[in-house]
Amino acid sequence: MEYTLFILLLPLCSFLLLGLLDSKISKTAAGIIGTLSLGAVTLLSYFTAFEYFTADRVNGVFEKVMPYNITWLPLGNLHFDMGILLDPISVMMLIVISTVSLMVHIYSFGYMKGERGFQRYYAFLSLFTMSMLGLVVATNIFQMYLFWELVGVSSYLLIGFYYTTPAAIAASKKAFIVTRFADMFFLVGILIYGYYCKSFGFDFNAEGFAAGAFMLPTALVLMFIGGAGKSAMFPLHIWLPDAMEGPTPVSALIHAATMVVAGVFQIARLFPLWIQYAPEAMSIVVWVGVVTAFYAAAVACVQSDIKRVLAFSTISQIAFMMVALGVCLPGEHGAVIDNHASLGYMASMFHLFTHAMFKALLFLGAGCIIHAVHSNEMSAMGGLRKYMPITHITFLIACLAIAGIPPFSGFFSKDEILTACMHYSPVVGWIMTGVAAMTAFYMFRLYFGIFWGTENKELHAHHTPHEAPLAMTLPLIVLTCITLVAGFIPFGHFVSASGEAYDIHLDWTVAATSIVVAVASIALATYVYAGERQPIAEKLHGAFPRLHRWAFKRFYLDEVYQFVTHRIIFAYISRPIAWFDRNVVDGFFNFLAWGTHKLSHAIRGLQSGSVQLYAQVFLLGILVILLLLIM
Amino acid sequence: MIQLEYLLIISAVMLFAGIYGFFTRKSTLAMLLSIELMLNAADINFAVFNRMLFPDGHEGYFFAIFGIAIAAAESAIAIAIMINIYRMLKNISVDELKQMKW
Repeated sequence: MEYTLFILLLPLCSFLLLGLLDSKISKTAAGIIGTLSLGAVTLLSYFTAFEYFTADRVNGVFEKVMPYNITWLPLGNLHFDMGILLDPISVMMLIVISTVSLMVHIYSFGYMKGERGFQRYYAFLSLFTMSMLGLVVATNIFQMYLFWELVGVSSYLLIGFYYTTPAAIAASKKAFIVTRFADMFFLVGILIYGYYCKSFGFDFNAEGFAAGAFMLPTALVLMFIGGAGKSAMFPLHIWLPDAMEGPTPVSALIHAATMVVAGVFQIARLFPLWIQYAPEAMSIVVWVGVVTAFYAAAVACVQSDIKRVLAFSTISQIAFMMVALGVCLPGEHGAVIDNHASLGYMASMFHLFTHAMFKALLFLGAGCIIHAVHSNEMSAMGGLRKYMPITHITFLIACLAIAGIPPFSGFFSKDEILTACMHYSPVVGWIMTGVAAMTAFYMFRLYFGIFWGTENKELHAHHTPHEAPLAMTLPLIVLTCITLVAGFIPFGHFVSASGEAYDIHLDWTVAATSIVVAVASIALATYVYAGERQPIAEKLHGAFPRLHRWAFKRFYLDEVYQFVTHRIIFAYISRPIAWFDRNVVDGFFNFLAWGTHKLSHAIRGLQSGSVQLYAQVFLLGILVILLLLIM
Repeated sequence: MIQLEYLLIISAVMLFAGIYGFFTRKSTLAMLLSIELMLNAADINFAVFNRMLFPDGHEGYFFAIFGIAIAAAESAIAIAIMINIYRMLKNISVDELKQMKW
């Protein structure tokens, strides 16, 4: 399957082409080049998936294929490799990334129309797509880290796309610094892993491991911190809501569907190591996920900026995936990885797949709405369903999917996650069911706030909202179709913990509970928010003003960070270090320069430029040497 | 046969006259002449010591001739430089040549 190399090369070429030519080509041409290359990548990815999954299984599992694996940097007995690894999860990710990216490319034709830097935008999109594809096909943890940083950079560039807006610049810096901070732990984890396992590969080398039995869980947890930063897990989630300053299609691609699930993907990639050597440490993953899911859902319930609601909902849903990976248990009858005990693995990947589609759909729908009303605030919306029928229907379907209503895709994947959680511990299972209920509630609060309720007549008087152009509605329709059918994919046949085909059985008690809970939440949201006025919401707001305020301000976590970094770290650590650097280190070198300067100033009179004086000194020197020789 | 001392005295006088001239003259042309004097003193020494110490050899004479050739070449270059300096400054006094200092 050598042609898979082109999946990486095509976006790279289009990035270089668009980046170098920039404004020398027209906006339309740039968009067409980017979209066409992405279209080719999508076709290649689908073809790869078709060929990979139709190949014969060996011992019941799909074989790992490595069409390329070259040693990039030999380093003693270690070596960094670069290559392409195809296995069920990487092929699944190829499909997710290329599909969403293609939709975003098409959508951006409409959304970014007439923007300054349109070419630059497409160049960065290509860069991002290349990096993300490189990340998922990485053959070893080091290559993954390399592309991991590249997606971080492209995310930074795209969040700060509107570089004249101070908020966008601040958000891009925040995203970059927070994820870099987490990546530092990732790097330390990689180095520990490489040191003890004598390899950076995902295939585990048992001999080298004997020496560092304790270190492997440590390395995995450190890598998880990196993944938590990228996937916006509590308490490193603070960058994601601010990242919404970027263009909306970028939020759909990077901050909802692909890059933010890199952390989940990383854990899934290292899953055999986790389950074999660090099953206890997986409870960290579970509890980080549970706390994040609950926290983000609580905050999402009160936000007024529609993109922020979606951002917090993304955080919450990714936490679902994390929890699902964490609740996997080692097999009971000898086999380390057992499909039944590790149901969460399959559920997590399934949810990743379905979530990428419906969350991209939600974000793109939000983009259409923002395009129509020129505002992110819910107060500027309301009653939009008559103006934007396509957006309305697709948004509703996506909301139903995320709320977990059958037969939409979210129901199936979320149900598997809840089943896995119940199997692990009823406490986790019920908390997650509660979070699922909150999900349904805040999504329908959002839905009713946008499409129903009172119309903002004052705002709409001089600018009637209108349906988005075809370039924007087409991706919505495509993603809606995927959301409608994705739940019926026999996902367990393609991706499962052990690799063997696994039939998904709906656990009807869990499924019934989650449907009832979701329907009840939607009913509640309808009751509270659907009307022209919202007396109940106002009453609730009046009853718990402090709680509302705390949740609206995201429980003041940003302020806590601000306090810790500015008041404590900057004041008591950075400032003394800066003083030391400025005064002691710089002072020493300034003193050296000053001394040299003064000394040369003192003796520069000797360099008179008079030839005869030089000759006299020369002769004197000869005489002195002669005298010394004679004596 | 002329005694060794007389010849050496002549060359020593020439050498110190050259050194003195080099130190005291302000005209670069006069300094060049002084350098020629010093070189000639050295040439004489070559010839004298060859004759006194190795009457059968010729190396000293060769060196003397070599020195003369070098002196000729050197003065050709030096005079060319001086002509150029004169064209620029209308002066060849060594004290005036300060442009090259910085």
